[in-house]
Amino acid sequence: MSSFGLLAAIWPLTTLGHYVHWHIIQISVANLTVIILMVVTFIVALFAPFPGRRRRKEKP
Amino acid sequence: MSTTEIDRQWTTRLRRRVAGKLPPEKLLPDTQPTYVASWIYVFGVTTMAALGVVIVSGCLLALRGPQWWHTSSVGHFVNSLHLWSVEIFFFAMVIHLWGKYFMAAWRGGRALTWMTGVFTFLVSIATAFTGYVSQSNFDSQWISTQAKDGINSTGAGAFWNVLNTGQMLMWHIVLLPLAAVVLTVFHVLLVRIKGVVPPFEKDGAEVAQ
Amino acid sequence: MRSKAFRPDVDAPEWKGGYSPYDIIKEGIIAVVVVSILTVLLAIAFGSPDDPSITVKAWSTNDPMDFAATALSELNNTSGTAQYGAPYNKASTGQQLGPLTLAKWVGARIPINTVNDFVINPLKSLPGQPALSSDLSQWSSASTSTRANWVNNYTHAANKMKIVSGQLVVNTTSAGPVPLMMSDLLQMARTGALDQALVTQNGFYTTDYTLPLLFLADGTYMANLAQKQHLTGDQWGMMNETGNYPGQAWLWLYTFWYQVSPMNSSGNGDILVWGIMMVLSAGLLLMPFIPGLRSIPRKTRVYRLIWREHYRDVE
Repeated sequence: MSSFGLLAAIWPLTTLGHYVHWHIIQISVANLTVIILMVVTFIVALFAPFPGRRRRKEKP
Repeated sequence: MSTTEIDRQWTTRLRRRVAGKLPPEKLLPDTQPTYVASWIYVFGVTTMAALGVVIVSGCLLALRGPQWWHTSSVGHFVNSLHLWSVEIFFFAMVIHLWGKYFMAAWRGGRALTWMTGVFTFLVSIATAFTGYVSQSNFDSQWISTQAKDGINSTGAGAFWNVLNTGQMLMWHIVLLPLAAVVLTVFHVLLVRIKGVVPPFEKDGAEVAQ
Repeated sequence: MRSKAFRPDVDAPEWKGGYSPYDIIKEGIIAVVVVSILTVLLAIAFGSPDDPSITVKAWSTNDPMDFAATALSELNNTSGTAQYGAPYNKASTGQQLGPLTLAKWVGARIPINTVNDFVINPLKSLPGQPALSSDLSQWSSASTSTRANWVNNYTHAANKMKIVSGQLVVNTTSAGPVPLMMSDLLQMARTGALDQALVTQNGFYTTDYTLPLLFLADGTYMANLAQKQHLTGDQWGMMNETGNYPGQAWLWLYTFWYQVSPMNSSGNGDILVWGIMMVLSAGLLLMPFIPGLRSIPRKTRVYRLIWREHYRDVE
């Protein structure tokens, strides 16, 4: 079948999922990881210095 | 033909209208306002790049048909490319949406830009959904039998049958990607025509003109 | 001339400042390269899930009692599909949103008769079965009330349904041809012939799996497998994927409403959730025109981080 040979996944995520329960919220570790990564990426994008400041200050 | 007759032609009028709104230097600019200086601005182009990879990987899947990936390791790898490019697509698109919201990017006559963006988001969700029910595996069986209740309750299920795999596959590979691409092109052209939204006035104060 | 008030949440100041070099093509190509590399790395690292589809054959082999009970519910019109209403039949009004019965108004445009489509027609497709053919003739020529009587008697006796040496056994003598029909349907399912019969009712070529999917959904076998994978509605299943893969996380708000009252227990839960999501989607779409909501970006001042270089230059 599939998933064998050179193109097989290194860490296939096929075992039963892990879930986080908090009050009525149930979320998979995978989805929670994606959402946390998105929030972190957004915050980093807001704060990270953007290159080329000197170039922008020069008059064209 | 006289000059006025040429001026009145549909072709001439359309060309002048398009060229007036979007001359080459606006379509492919070589400068941008100096306030465009934040990493938050890369997520629009990242979303588009991801859409490109989604479409290319989807085309590769189409080469050998919808069952290929179940029986071939190469096919399965291409399916994995398609899945992860979709994850990157939504990842980037939602961050792009957050950024544009906090910039209130609809200001200055850019409401249509915002709305085409939201509409593209909604069409993308429908496209992803039809993809999930087209996988021809247990996931498709479960998702389709669950989703049918929501869609049936609106009356749309009588025409858009999520249990009809052929119909869902064709919506997924033809109609919805076409809609997503047309909307994206329209959205990007609007950004080029209107320009990137300028910053709020300092402290966001109301100023009488 | 009357001055027009500048509305900071609607209008944008005209940019009179400077411009810096910008290579849009280079930016696009870098984005494509970066996303492509990331996609390949993720695909190599994690692959993608592919839990194989289940069949009616597997269902009837692994859980024959559930299959037989579901087949009976199709015959006695008590199954989910039989009672569904539009778009499959007129058995119920379907879901309502206040006075709106949208599904009913559109009508039963995918007509399904569970007795014929799930039981009688598949059995009729079996060749060389003299006893079954005779029973099917008996069924066809019986009146509606006679059939109903047989099915009721069988249903009562089916409380003590059992599988003996692979055969479905329901002790009743007043159910006419029904016992043999149900027993033969189980055997047909176990050979895989029922999977085929359910999709080929419309001809040789078909890509429409409505009948076998509804049949599977009427039982508990598929739902039990889904429960193990955390895919059911009360497990926020809409967002989830089999295994440890991320799912459709963007459906978080849609699935959230199914967890709260009254949607989590109402017979109209689906249309209520759709109604809420239509309103919220319209709100997102029309954000530029909604006072208050469109002021949040200015009031929260996240923009000061995005444009901090610009504000520093202005100061």
